[in-house]
Amino acid sequence: MTDQELARIANEVRRGIVTAVHAAKSGHPGGSLSIADILTYLYFEDMSVDPTDPGCTNRDRLVLSKGHAAPALYSVLAARGFFHAEELETLRRIGSRLQGHPNMNDTPGVDMSTGSLGQGVSAAVGMALAAKHWHESWRTYAILGDGELEEGQVWEAAMLAGNMQLDNLCIVVDHNGLQIDGTIEEVNSAMPVADKFHAFRFNVIELTDGNDMAKIRDAFQKARTHKGEPTCIVAETVKGKGVSFMENQVGWHGKAPNDEQFARAMAELVAAGKEL
Amino acid sequence: MAEEKRIATRVSYGEELVALGAERDDFVVLDADLAAATQTSRFKAAYPDRFFDCGIAEGNMVGVAAGIAAAGKKVFCSTFAMFAAGRAFEQVRNSIGYPHLNVNICATHAGISVGEDGATHQCCEDIALMRSIPGMTVIVPSDDTEARAAVRAALDCAGPVYIRLGRLAAPVINDPVAYDFKMGRGVTLREGGDVTIVATGLMVAAAIQAAEALSAKGVAAEVINIHTVKPLDEELVRASAKKTGRVVTCEEHSIIGGLGDAVLAALASDPVPVRKVGINDVFGESGPALELLKKYGLDATGIEREVLDFLKD
Repeated sequence: MTDQELARIANEVRRGIVTAVHAAKSGHPGGSLSIADILTYLYFEDMSVDPTDPGCTNRDRLVLSKGHAAPALYSVLAARGFFHAEELETLRRIGSRLQGHPNMNDTPGVDMSTGSLGQGVSAAVGMALAAKHWHESWRTYAILGDGELEEGQVWEAAMLAGNMQLDNLCIVVDHNGLQIDGTIEEVNSAMPVADKFHAFRFNVIELTDGNDMAKIRDAFQKARTHKGEPTCIVAETVKGKGVSFMENQVGWHGKAPNDEQFARAMAELVAAGKEL
Repeated sequence: MAEEKRIATRVSYGEELVALGAERDDFVVLDADLAAATQTSRFKAAYPDRFFDCGIAEGNMVGVAAGIAAAGKKVFCSTFAMFAAGRAFEQVRNSIGYPHLNVNICATHAGISVGEDGATHQCCEDIALMRSIPGMTVIVPSDDTEARAAVRAALDCAGPVYIRLGRLAAPVINDPVAYDFKMGRGVTLREGGDVTIVATGLMVAAAIQAAEALSAKGVAAEVINIHTVKPLDEELVRASAKKTGRVVTCEEHSIIGGLGDAVLAALASDPVPVRKVGINDVFGESGPALELLKKYGLDATGIEREVLDFLKD
């Protein structure tokens, strides 16, 4: 797919995110919108997955360690054909397959149950270790928030992955700079992240615009070919990306738009989509 | 009771891993820098390429195990009970329990019989913690025979299994050839009509000994071995309780949330008086294991005393 085609899908994914969170009347739009482009690229261009056979043993895996960005994952999976996009509106409802945080046993295409920050990355290390040990060629991705890096378990997992030279593992840090209580600088910054992961024996790729398809493509292509070390892509992103009044606003970490805000957000996204 | 052979269940675990490793190569073993103590070092020595030391980071080890299982593979992970069930509780709950993954957590050094290391390492809360996780199977083997059978059964059990193992050498009470281990099924070791002693783990041998001593005093105690605390063999417990009218539970664990409470819950709808022998809501202390067990009433004498006191009521 071309970058433009991928960008169009990312726009569709953003509409799905906003629709799902609005319908649920709760959820996390900010960090879902920041990671929408990267997830779109991975599921449509990089990862080997099969919507008709979600459990295919040789598929590439993705662990959404920042599980609160579930609306983004669900919206991408719907766009990719794992389930119908209409189901997005059942997000967080009783009986829905789309739980507030991802559950691998509920949702086709979800590879690991996550939501408790810091835990997903360990599972991703386990997956990569399993693939290596049983000589299987699939890759594992883990998506982490920058606030999530404050969890010590992230560094326990990183230490092991680096020491085990798991080059079939790619960790993505969604560096949007904001967490619930404020900017990560105000709360407890893990910066400089690139230096830290380098010290943990990772190949580090600094993705200067994690919302730009061409740059995303370049970063992940480099990650895929790097051998001997796991890769960490530090992606500079904009929280709330694509909805003007949500962009870089910490208040939109975990809040649903009301009807008026939803209409405005969708109008913006539809207009942006037409220009692509 | 024949007590010629004594072996710690952690050793049984290590040896059985090696035996399983010879039969099949579809599983790996993780540890967190305690391989020599948990006895996974035996497996490491036999199959170094199937063993992974995750270092002193138990939460991560549990998560790594979850990832291996989520990839459709089989895995054992080991550390001390304090760290597996205690420190890594939330990782066990959310990364293994919630997705119901086939991870076998074999936790050693459970209970006060850890001995000299003292209270920080004497985990008397792990049964309570693990029982509280939906879908978790909790097994506390009483001896070498049972520990080996439990490890073997866990490997092909679809969901998560927590196996509680001890540091102290324990008498072998089950015939290694004839014993038929069935997960979730209790075993009546001795029949009697005056009182039911329901025991688990290290306390099963003590319960048999106590029953023998009681018999000499004219008290006929029924002894039930509950190796699987969850799911509990409620039917067996209820039937025996109905028969004897009195139940004494015995565990090397806090009286809060363990076997005793599981039995109480099973009897709640048709109540029978219950006494609980266990750690009475206190922390342990350093000392030789056998002396500690005696001090805290977790031996045959302690059980006998409790039963005789109970019968006075």
